Amino acid sequence: MRAFVVAAYLFLYAPIALVVLFSFNAGRNASEFTGFSVEWYGKAFSNTFLVQALQNSLIIAFVSAVLAAIFGTMAAIAIERMSERARLVFDGLFAAAIVVPGVVIGIATLVALVTMLGLINPLIAGVWPGENPPRIGLGYFSVIAAHGLFTMAVVTMIVRARIAGLGRDMVEASGDLYATPFGTFRQIVLPQILPSIVAGFLLAFTFSFDDFIVAFFVSGSKTTLPMYVFASIRRGVTPEINAVATTVLVASLFLILGAHFLMRPRSNKPVEG
Amino acid sequence: MKPAKEQGTSRAKGPAIDPSNDIEFRAVSKRYGDVTAVAGVDLAVPKGAFVALLGPSGCGKTTCLRMIGGFEQPTEGTVLIENRPMNGVPPYQRPVNMVFQHYALFPHLDVMANVSYGLRQMRPPLARTEVQRRSEEALELVRLGGYARRRIHELSGGQQQRVALARAIVNRPAVLLLDEPLAALDRKLRTAMQFELQTLQRELGITFLLVTHDQEEALSMSDFVCVMNAGRVAQTGTPREVYDTPNSLFVADFVGKTNHLSGTLEPGGVLRLANGVGLAVGGNGTGRVAVVLRPEAIRLHPEAAGRGFAGTVTHRIFLGSTVEYAVAADGLGDFLVTADRGKSDGTAEPGARVRLAFDPTALHLYPS
Repeated sequence: MRAFVVAAYLFLYAPIALVVLFSFNAGRNASEFTGFSVEWYGKAFSNTFLVQALQNSLIIAFVSAVLAAIFGTMAAIAIERMSERARLVFDGLFAAAIVVPGVVIGIATLVALVTMLGLINPLIAGVWPGENPPRIGLGYFSVIAAHGLFTMAVVTMIVRARIAGLGRDMVEASGDLYATPFGTFRQIVLPQILPSIVAGFLLAFTFSFDDFIVAFFVSGSKTTLPMYVFASIRRGVTPEINAVATTVLVASLFLILGAHFLMRPRSNKPVEG
Repeated sequence: MKPAKEQGTSRAKGPAIDPSNDIEFRAVSKRYGDVTAVAGVDLAVPKGAFVALLGPSGCGKTTCLRMIGGFEQPTEGTVLIENRPMNGVPPYQRPVNMVFQHYALFPHLDVMANVSYGLRQMRPPLARTEVQRRSEEALELVRLGGYARRRIHELSGGQQQRVALARAIVNRPAVLLLDEPLAALDRKLRTAMQFELQTLQRELGITFLLVTHDQEEALSMSDFVCVMNAGRVAQTGTPREVYDTPNSLFVADFVGKTNHLSGTLEPGGVLRLANGVGLAVGGNGTGRVAVVLRPEAIRLHPEAAGRGFAGTVTHRIFLGSTVEYAVAADGLGDFLVTADRGKSDGTAEPGARVRLAFDPTALHLYPS
């Protein structure tokens, strides 16, 4: 049993460890380690295509995570005030958004967007006064929309857990002490759910940054970092790709650790005695 | 003896407008779907009084308190605070403050920020020095002078309770609402807080409205007790009235310990007990009645005394200053008897033959 566990973990993590190791390989060959070097990091980050893809990914991840954090929090607050039955329905829908495979989200979003744009673009052309009406196409906005939608579900789930832990008592106590509903939100609710919002933001950022499938469907002509990696792998695994993968891995780990730290339960129980 | 039914209600207040009432309920009902939590309650809380709403869980007492606080709206009727109807007025515009059962302190704020919270919400804003001074005063009042900068989770349960109290009284509300404020404290702390709440109420002159299921708490602290049952007011009166002359079997049972007997009222005011003995109780009703007798109204005598009902002591419970006996009276069933430890009747042993004696006027009769 123990050997099986060891084997399972090796199978999972050994390839990742190898990627990290070979990103520091001085040689070009991916099968033998010829010495320590960081030259591939330098090479990777002076590759303009790669840097452009990285920049696209960062912009998309940041904007979609900000949107997800804002709307996800609003949804969490709204769901908390719903009736029991409506809450069950929406909780189910949000959970579904997380478990639906990326392929399905990708293709569904693509079909929806193309259909919508097919309706909207002629409309814009119809009311546009001058020549050359603008056409909305796939790109930043479509990836941000698709990512924002499913990462919003993540934020909502995390923030919901925190709000449920707050209890109605505290909100009522604030109202009892003359705070308006908005005052209560600003002074009592927001400060206490802020860590979970930030945690949700970090996870949303990570999910968006790491996503390949959804972006592959809806990004149009834009290339995100995972798409660039996928495309360049067809030309063989270079140490440059290892360097990029390691960077993404470390950044993701830090973001997730940060989210985990912010989500840790905190006790407000009185001390005994 | 008069039927108790007419007595206790002498203190009950009708819905007439009384300018000195801080809180008034006029035919207030609250329904949740098919469930009626409060059914047509009329209630008046005089200015400056300490009033307890007493009842078993689910009797509607907390719902009444929440309707005063503004967290629930009555389905029917009107709640008035300082003679102003409160229909549709949100909690933050009501001149009352509540001490929540689980305190509901704000864990991300320190003690000072918790206590000053209400003052900081006031519009137009109070001067910072004024907020500071009044908050410090309130903390001194609950004997937490040196705790201003502590975090809430660093405090004990008793200290958190005091912070909750200070946070409410600092605003000098017309009425302070207390929702089972002592339920989470251990016995010793609870007794100490009972005294403190009473002192605080006298010093501040604020009307206190306490909700509790603990009859001892209600009787010991309040000027008036309102006993509730199944959404209705069962009896209102001073603690003494409610205890000595309960107007119903429910109130008698709920407020204090009771012995139950059953008997038949015969013409001429004679109560015929199950063992065939007739007691002259006066009155002129007839038929089967439920009889209630307080344990401390019974005296124990040695069997040789020859008067009263014979019985055997089955248990003795030592309670410190008093002793409780369970006595199996011949032909009448089990009795609970409270005796002073120092008196001669505080020394009977289990198994001893004794006689139970009581004044027939101490019996409360209710139609059964």
